[in-house]
Amino acid sequence: MTTKLFGEPVRRREDARLIIGKGRYLDDIGAQALAAAFVRSPHAHARITDIDVEGALDVEGLVAIYTYEDLTGPMAEPLPVLIPHPQLHAPRTGYPLANGEVNHVGEPVVMVVATDRYLAEDAAERIVVSYEELPVVVGVDAAREAASAVHTEIPDNVAARHHQETGDVEAALAGATRTLSFTQYIERSACMPLEGKGVHARWDPADSSLRVYSSTQASTSVRAAIAAKLELSLDAVEVIAPDVGGGFGVKIVHPWPEELLVPMAAIKLGQEVKWAEDRREHFIGSAHERQQRQEITVGYGDDGRITALDVHAWHDNGAYTPYGIIVPIVTATQLVGPYAIPVYRVVVESVYTNTVIVTPYRGAGRPQGCFAMERTMDRIADDLGLDRAEVRRRNLIQPDQFPYDHHLTFQDGRPVIYDSGDYPGLLAKLEALVDWDGIEARRAEAASRGKLLGAGMAMYVEGTGPGPYEGGHVQVLGSGKVLVATGLTSQGQGHETSFAQIVASELGVPIEDVEVTTGDTRRFPYAVGTFASRAAVMSGNAIALAARGVREKALRIAAEVLEADPADLEIEDGVVGVKGTPGATIPLRTVAVLSNPLRYAFDEAAKQATQFARAGSDDRPPVAVGDAPGLEHRDYYSPIRSTFASGAHAAVVEIDPKTWEIDVVSYAVVHDCGNVVNPMIVEGQVHGGVAQGVAGALYERMAYDADGQLQNASFMDFLMPYATEVPDVVIDHQQTPSPLNPLGIKGAGEAGVIPGTAAIASAIEDATGRRIAAMPISPTELYDVMRSPDWEGTAAAGRRTGVGA
Amino acid sequence: MTSVDVERSITVTVNGVPREATLPVRRLLSDALRHDLGLTGTHVGCEHGVCGACTVLVDGTPVRSCLVFAVQVDGASVTTVEGLAREDHQGGQVLHPVQEAFRECHALQCGFCTPGFLVTIAAGLEARDRSAEITEEEVDEIVGGNLCRCTGYANIKKAVRHAAAAMRPEHTGHFGGGDGAW
Repeated sequence: MTTKLFGEPVRRREDARLIIGKGRYLDDIGAQALAAAFVRSPHAHARITDIDVEGALDVEGLVAIYTYEDLTGPMAEPLPVLIPHPQLHAPRTGYPLANGEVNHVGEPVVMVVATDRYLAEDAAERIVVSYEELPVVVGVDAAREAASAVHTEIPDNVAARHHQETGDVEAALAGATRTLSFTQYIERSACMPLEGKGVHARWDPADSSLRVYSSTQASTSVRAAIAAKLELSLDAVEVIAPDVGGGFGVKIVHPWPEELLVPMAAIKLGQEVKWAEDRREHFIGSAHERQQRQEITVGYGDDGRITALDVHAWHDNGAYTPYGIIVPIVTATQLVGPYAIPVYRVVVESVYTNTVIVTPYRGAGRPQGCFAMERTMDRIADDLGLDRAEVRRRNLIQPDQFPYDHHLTFQDGRPVIYDSGDYPGLLAKLEALVDWDGIEARRAEAASRGKLLGAGMAMYVEGTGPGPYEGGHVQVLGSGKVLVATGLTSQGQGHETSFAQIVASELGVPIEDVEVTTGDTRRFPYAVGTFASRAAVMSGNAIALAARGVREKALRIAAEVLEADPADLEIEDGVVGVKGTPGATIPLRTVAVLSNPLRYAFDEAAKQATQFARAGSDDRPPVAVGDAPGLEHRDYYSPIRSTFASGAHAAVVEIDPKTWEIDVVSYAVVHDCGNVVNPMIVEGQVHGGVAQGVAGALYERMAYDADGQLQNASFMDFLMPYATEVPDVVIDHQQTPSPLNPLGIKGAGEAGVIPGTAAIASAIEDATGRRIAAMPISPTELYDVMRSPDWEGTAAAGRRTGVGA
Repeated sequence: MTSVDVERSITVTVNGVPREATLPVRRLLSDALRHDLGLTGTHVGCEHGVCGACTVLVDGTPVRSCLVFAVQVDGASVTTVEGLAREDHQGGQVLHPVQEAFRECHALQCGFCTPGFLVTIAAGLEARDRSAEITEEEVDEIVGGNLCRCTGYANIKKAVRHAAAAMRPEHTGHFGGGDGAW
């Protein structure tokens, strides 16, 4: 097997265990553990007046019941505000168990521990909690009107007013040749990984240490939070993310109440305790994302070039703000996309509602920003009678304008300066891929079959790989095995494969010898987490740097043995050799043995490194000053700022005017994430992202009623797409390497989801000639738009005169 | 003693091995497999029969094990993902063509839904006329009842086509489907 694997579609190494049922997910751990179950609030907003546990006490197998009264020290304080921000003026977080008040349906009130989950649930359902109901705030408009308050002391329901501007937008709009204003909405969806959250904790009373497994995207920070909240020394806590059954953002939030309560119970009870979230709990007890109201005013010239953009958005953050205002910031800063916007002002008000918290879901505010910007482009095109691709082309940042400074501050506190890209190139490829000029012919053909056909497009730029850092550790063992560790976690992205490819390529070893561990604080305790399409950029580069450190040391040691200049050495297939001199070689595993001067020969290979076997200079110590034993290296990658990936999507829809069913018949993606480690994995990420984009445009929403009850908290009613709902996707690639990191890569995880809603809204509008100002849209809602007496037509509607309901 | 505490002994052939267990009558088959028999390859994604992650074969037919009580399969033969591969003559393991195809086609990411897809597809492909080329409609029919949140299904469908091709009678390729083993 070649060792130059960077860029190859290497088949995934993790699959070997996953396809035979030998994965190890959270609920596969701890067969003997006690089980936790939770009593959760059935009310969206209420005061707790009484908790009566009497009925549960005679349930056989009951071990313990915990309420807020049982929490002490830091556990009795609110959960942390993970990402404080000066503009988050009124942050609020819940308690691990409700402290007198509940603010959304699903908030945990009581934890029950029993000998198995069935019995824990038996006991939980016998606990009677009495509530005094309070007025409920549901939806971004109700929060804005503030007829009642989610948190009494925040009467306007505003948690934060995030504001950025790049110039005098009022003056720029006043001076614009043309302006237009509109309001639009985007609804809530959720990450909805197939595996919910889960926690297993084991306390070892003999050495006072705690091991926690959590289905998390941030094991190192979960560890720190557990240590802080349970008042344990950091070194007494280890947290491991086992195989994780999908994350998409929801598992970056931490510490979830359960991540603290389960370890707390394990310590108090001296027994293993486990909680595996069920699906209903995941709907009402984890996190959602996306809902915004957007008011947009744009100034532009007769040529369609934007001169000023003013955006005022209201973002529904749910009941609490544990993740700060990251989603509003991302919307605000990523909204501008690939376009040069001379003057831009954005205000995002983050408002409380009595609903599940809102934290990043794949895209993390970008789909909303893209929806705002791309629909603005469509409106300008419509107003001027220009082709939608042409309006976009005229506003694109040009390839010679990089680095391009938007004069905004990104989610990492760093400037939004695009590192590299070729946006006209993306657009040209997209037009070719979807045959943009051939749409009218397809429309006519569809019309002959009685279908309404329309096309839409959307472009995006995605800040990926934000800091502050990730690290990597690479160690060559005497067996020749290469151990690689990084602290961030994996939820299906194939890190065991991509990172092994990087090490195999950098170090010159067979990939079969490389073993990658992620998300295990025992192996790598410093990390940030897996979010914001950052794993390949951050840990990929850190691991590459660590591998380069190992390589340098290996060459230095090998050079002594081979009596050669390190610059004349190369490593291939795990063997160090002198370039152009066959036979002058030493296996890397032998170098690893020699790197560690020994007194004791514990095995055959070790003999070579013992004190009487190895010649050495009498006037130098066996381990030189500044050197260390072992063929290993630890390194970190800390970027000056994010890299910016980009892409363009086009969707073609066919609508049946009898049923108003919307069918995505073509979906084209052009994607640029810089250098690609594994194109098979990147395409897989794009496919998955597109599916979630289509889902968010046509199928998924969180249907809350006015009382704050989630009406569709099951897979029966929340319409996650099956294979039959996801269109075939055609993909073209462009590679604009990032100049910011050693490998030239940008992130790819979230990209596929970002433009879906915008492109599909545009396509439906193109097909029907009616304004689509709220997404997602169901056939019923489209029917309502079509038969509405006060429907708003697009200027292009003249072409669709026969269309109506 | 309430009705939920009533226990019953059952005998089930799981992946070809007779297993006995004494279980509360309310124990779901999914929980019995995972927690009583230690076969954690079968996953639970929704507990209401929609996602298909928990699918196992009961007497060869795909069944949502979260919707079945363990006592209902007394006397039956159950195949889980752990039982898809066959042992070869040297004590090694020969993967089912659909397992090979999933790996080859990158048809899984997080892997949580994968066991349900694998057993469903295996049953679907074994039940069809293997000599005929598989149609897109057949592919949709086979995979259309299982949820995956990672892959967007494109590569799962590709894997079904790959596996179907490998299982055609005339095929002698590396999937080893030509000997009629599957």
